[in-house]
Amino acid sequence: MTSHLAARAAGWWHEEDETLLSVRELKVEFSSSSGRVHAVNGVSFDLAPHETIGIVGESGCGKSVTSLAILGLLPKPAGHVMGGSVLFEGSDLLELKPEELRELRGSRISMIFQDPMTSLNPVLTIREQLTEVILAHEKVGRQAADKRAEELLELVSIPNPKQRRRGYPHQLSGGMRQRVMIAMALALRPKLIIADEPTTALDVTIQAQILELLHRVASETGAAVMLITHDLGVVAGMTQRIQVMYAGRIVETATTRELFAHPRHPYTVGLLRSIPRLDESSGRELIPIDGLPPDLTRLPSGCPFAPRCAWAIDRCLEEDPALVPVTPGTRLQTTGAEATHRVACWNPATDEEAHAGMPASGRISAVSAQAAARATAAAAALHEAES
Amino acid sequence: MAGIALPQILEEPIKGTSLWLDAAHRLRRNPAAMVGLGLIAIFVIVAIGAPLLAPYSPTKGSALRIDHFQLPSSRHLLGTDIQGRDVLSRIMWGARSSLWVAVLSVSVGLSLGLVYGAISGFVGGWVDFWMMRLVDIVLSLPGLLLTITIVLFLGPGLNTIALAIAVENVPIFARILRSSILALKESDFTLAARSIGATGPRILIRHIMPNALTPVIVASTLALATAIVDAAGLGFLGFGPQDPGTPEWGAMLTDTYRYLQSGAAFTALFPGVAIVISVLGFNLLGDGLREALDPRLKR
Repeated sequence: MTSHLAARAAGWWHEEDETLLSVRELKVEFSSSSGRVHAVNGVSFDLAPHETIGIVGESGCGKSVTSLAILGLLPKPAGHVMGGSVLFEGSDLLELKPEELRELRGSRISMIFQDPMTSLNPVLTIREQLTEVILAHEKVGRQAADKRAEELLELVSIPNPKQRRRGYPHQLSGGMRQRVMIAMALALRPKLIIADEPTTALDVTIQAQILELLHRVASETGAAVMLITHDLGVVAGMTQRIQVMYAGRIVETATTRELFAHPRHPYTVGLLRSIPRLDESSGRELIPIDGLPPDLTRLPSGCPFAPRCAWAIDRCLEEDPALVPVTPGTRLQTTGAEATHRVACWNPATDEEAHAGMPASGRISAVSAQAAARATAAAAALHEAES
Repeated sequence: MAGIALPQILEEPIKGTSLWLDAAHRLRRNPAAMVGLGLIAIFVIVAIGAPLLAPYSPTKGSALRIDHFQLPSSRHLLGTDIQGRDVLSRIMWGARSSLWVAVLSVSVGLSLGLVYGAISGFVGGWVDFWMMRLVDIVLSLPGLLLTITIVLFLGPGLNTIALAIAVENVPIFARILRSSILALKESDFTLAARSIGATGPRILIRHIMPNALTPVIVASTLALATAIVDAAGLGFLGFGPQDPGTPEWGAMLTDTYRYLQSGAAFTALFPGVAIVISVLGFNLLGDGLREALDPRLKR
């Protein structure tokens, strides 16, 4: 597997200029009774062919909405794309006619959903649902589609596929159903697979299997994968690049290795501090991120994370930081193994601060003192609860 | 949780090629539903075969006092009524009336209700809003009062009773179908079907309708039972066939309730038992269907 990754990494050198998906300034809003919800606020990113990226963030940060907007599947009539572009293989998906977009879904881009329990139709057999994908896009006979369905079930390691495909979803376990969903997503060898929290609804023991499977089939079919999750542990082993989202924007992006080693955005630091690490011998405390994500109906004028941020300075409350390279003046590389580490922060954390989980004592400003106090109090409360 | 059951599932061969075959299979294994089906079968056979099966004419009585209100005997298995007519024969012929009203009212109510509910659910928006307010208005009226009013306008008789009950059923079916369509439109598997590029009509026909129809099938089976009770009730109140000779279970009760204390209890008992048995049959089958048609409920 390592050699495989290396081979793919080497491949990027030649494909650098080529991007499969290019999202620019995507804005999505939802109308609700309490006003307009600004779910996605100017998200831009690129994805190279064969690349696997992770999109990480807590619930409601806009990661799922971004993927639904790409596929034109926003819930109607509430969801609207307010601006931006989504270039996929050269055409803007936001400009396509509904019929053209439908043609593309499932064949060029496919999606795997969070809950395999409810994402399969309970009254149709596995076979019927698998062949449906094939028949929706290709003019092949039922028999040929059937044969393909069986091969797909084999590809996703479902034991005894001949028998199994005659069954209904309820006759399969959660892990098996997610395998079926992956088989459906792969049916037409799409160029891009969007996996929206594919393991969240599964047992921990099954999660690893499903991720491994997704990784294997993606490399076998050469598909790029957008893995959406709130679990940094999930993306760590599987992705080459990570984008951290907060309040409908990307706040930090880097290669997986770089992001884990040198997180710069205080939110990323918080995320990393709130998952257990096995590679550190000392029993490090988990520090939760204090507070709640902002109300997306009323966006603050400055950085949306500022109210929860221990690093916040005056400027954070006034000006919204842009996503810029961590080292100023670096040539911008948006995809691949050499992707530039970029962060949207006026006062990014240093390596030492990231390790400690809080700003160095001399760097706590008046603005952040409040947030810092809250963070310390939370840590102390945690300490007390433990002892 | 489902992962734990995996080894057993692997052993068990997976049968069934279609939803309906599977449902029939599950229904067969449900004893209560099979009893219900048996009762319905008896009811239908008796209703259709009444002219052949009934031992006496349902309308021909006797002028002799001695023939009136006879106790059950070998000549008259269920006795005779106030005019000396054979109760068994009248019950058998009465089943025809009940079956006719039940089938007519449910089929008319179902077809109108499905169209109404489907339009409301699929179109949505303002159309849906006003269509459902109309349904609310109809449903806010007490059912029997509404049917009586309609029968009063249209005149008594079996067909008008059936139409009146159908009018009562339309909003019920419409609302059931609409609410399942609305829920299913938002379901994960509909989103998943859209994500694989299935076309709109295909999603409606193949993904939404089979799921939406199951509660309607159950409801219409139960509506058959309600229709029999309603028809008997209207017959009892005198809105049934105006020819007193026409056998109808409700009217048979009217004929006899005055004489209950003078030892004629059985003439009221037997039509009552006939109503209970047929209604019970449809209710048992309806409950069985509810379980059989939902693949998630495993028995």
